[in-house]
Amino acid sequence: MRFTWFNLMPWPDMPDDFREKHRSVWVDIDPHLFDPVRGHEVYNTYLDQLEYAASLGFDGIGCNEHHQNGYGLMPSPNLIAASLARRTEKVALVVLGNSIALYNPPIRVAEEFAMLDVISGGRLVAGFPVGTSMDTNYCYGQIPALTREKYAEAHELILRAWTAEAPFAFNGRYTKLRYVNIWPRPLQKPYPPIHIPGGGSLETYDFCLDNTYSYSYLSFSGYLRARALMAGYWDRVAARHTPDDSPYRAGFAQTICVAETDAEAERLYAEHVLYFYNRCLHIFPGFADAPGYRTVKTIQSGALAQYGARFRYQPVTWGELIEGGHVIAGSPETVRQRLEDLIRGLRVGNLYCLIHVGNMPTEKTMYSTRLFAERVMPALRHIWRDYDWDERFWCHPLRHAVRPAELRGALPAPSQGMVA
Amino acid sequence: MIRSTHLSLRGHKVDVLIGGDGPDLVFFHGAAGVTAEDPLLTTLAAQYRVHAPLLPGYGESAEATHLRDMLDVTLHSQDVVEELGLARPILVGHSLGGMIAAEMAAIAPREVEKLALIAPFGLWLGDHPIPDIFATLPHELPALLFHDAALGEQLMTGGLHLEDPQFLIGFLVKSARQLGMAGKLLFPIPDRGLGDRLYRVRARTLILWGENDRLIPPIYASAFAAAITGARVVILPEAGHLVTVEKPDAIRAALAAAGFG
Repeated sequence: MRFTWFNLMPWPDMPDDFREKHRSVWVDIDPHLFDPVRGHEVYNTYLDQLEYAASLGFDGIGCNEHHQNGYGLMPSPNLIAASLARRTEKVALVVLGNSIALYNPPIRVAEEFAMLDVISGGRLVAGFPVGTSMDTNYCYGQIPALTREKYAEAHELILRAWTAEAPFAFNGRYTKLRYVNIWPRPLQKPYPPIHIPGGGSLETYDFCLDNTYSYSYLSFSGYLRARALMAGYWDRVAARHTPDDSPYRAGFAQTICVAETDAEAERLYAEHVLYFYNRCLHIFPGFADAPGYRTVKTIQSGALAQYGARFRYQPVTWGELIEGGHVIAGSPETVRQRLEDLIRGLRVGNLYCLIHVGNMPTEKTMYSTRLFAERVMPALRHIWRDYDWDERFWCHPLRHAVRPAELRGALPAPSQGMVA
Repeated sequence: MIRSTHLSLRGHKVDVLIGGDGPDLVFFHGAAGVTAEDPLLTTLAAQYRVHAPLLPGYGESAEATHLRDMLDVTLHSQDVVEELGLARPILVGHSLGGMIAAEMAAIAPREVEKLALIAPFGLWLGDHPIPDIFATLPHELPALLFHDAALGEQLMTGGLHLEDPQFLIGFLVKSARQLGMAGKLLFPIPDRGLGDRLYRVRARTLILWGENDRLIPPIYASAFAAAITGARVVILPEAGHLVTVEKPDAIRAALAAAGFG
């Protein structure tokens, strides 16, 4: 089992009346809510938390890409991953990921991921999301009905750029380049492992199976609601006679809060979890799904879930979140039991642990993280021991990576003296 | 009486509504599509032979992934006119269809002699941004599209409530197909460079606009008129963006007054 400590990097100061006074946390969020001095503290605190998780033995630390978003302060996840590369050693840098249809030209992604892989000594786990409609269409202006075609072309270009033995010309519909010849090249060969965030479409299942990518379901709705979707994936794995059904072919994101007791978990974490679910997920439904972005079939199956009840995500309580499995919280034993249920039920080898939630202060975040690392993770570590052979979906770092040199302070003048 | 027929273009089915007698007129519909019961088609059919081809993804027209941008759709529309066997018909376009008709007249100026643009998309005035129809919720549409929002809601839903699941599912599925196509020309900003090409239009041009168009404000009528030599503007009172539904007789009268017949 592999555990990645993931931080969405939410803005922690959205006001109590955010739902009433503001239309959306995403796309057209009120710019006055951002304070850059506070932002300086927030970013550095979040980086501290990621580094702390690495020091406790998590397999990976993770970040992702969002734009104009009050719950995700990472328009450039690569900057975050680069910051993390220097102060961490063995941990995987899970960048989940770069929305490859947004980059012009998309070899920018091939270059930056290669840089991250080389700087970190082969610790990159890369992700290629199609992206949400909010980010891709409304913030970055991609035409909804063409987004998937553009994504597919970008994917082809990036893989060729990583693996070509010589400069090549690329005549795409969306990108035309005479000389593709990226420097540097990725350290991991032929390229870093790739995880694909998906939302249940058959095309994405097949894309992962065709390319030996890990399928990741990143939802905030929890594991109980994810069962049908993940069952659909494993049915597809079987129907296509895939040579193996290794659980590392799949990953899942789950909000997790650990305390000494179930009661303590509620007392410590409830307000921060409710901040996330009731403020951070306050998204104007008009931005949820640009027409043409999803297939007609997908809409027929799920349209009203999104548009019902006067088109709003309704406020929720701690009890409902625990009951519904959105959040797994409690004593180490409670959390262990429910996570074992999740891991076996969904058959996932990669767990993205959302332990910092909403506006949770760093002391609580680190407490929950430590309890998870010391008293939950060890008990779940070997659930999939029959699949220990499966190294395909994880990074392969250098055995002897270079460490940052000590800062040496003032150096003596060179013996020949300086010219004034 | 308008009936539905179809033709085949490069192996793709194109649905065409045809009816009426008189001079040939081709109508290019807006982003919301058009049906055989459309008040404007019915009204125009009294005076013209009306042909209304449906864009890919609309009605029975097949989706066309090979049509990606403005030039693709403009040439496709020319191909449809050609396939219908029409020589220099009157071109009338509403909203998105107006943008397409204007492009056709700019790209092949000798092929278009009479052009009527009804509240067309295609220009963008920075001081008068057009609301984002791709981020508009169903219940917000009537006020945006109609002069009389209450009546507009009736027309949109056929009497069902806007949040009635029966209405919503059908509406959203239709939107995904139709606005997916429309988005290729209108998303995220409905400007594909038409303003740079309008100087080429030679057609006698009539620009019609609903006085209370809250989607594309009537100031855009002046912008089109300024860009097309000799264009005439007619502003229709008590009408919104869907002036085709609200004031079909006034449109017919304006066409007649302009000598389109």
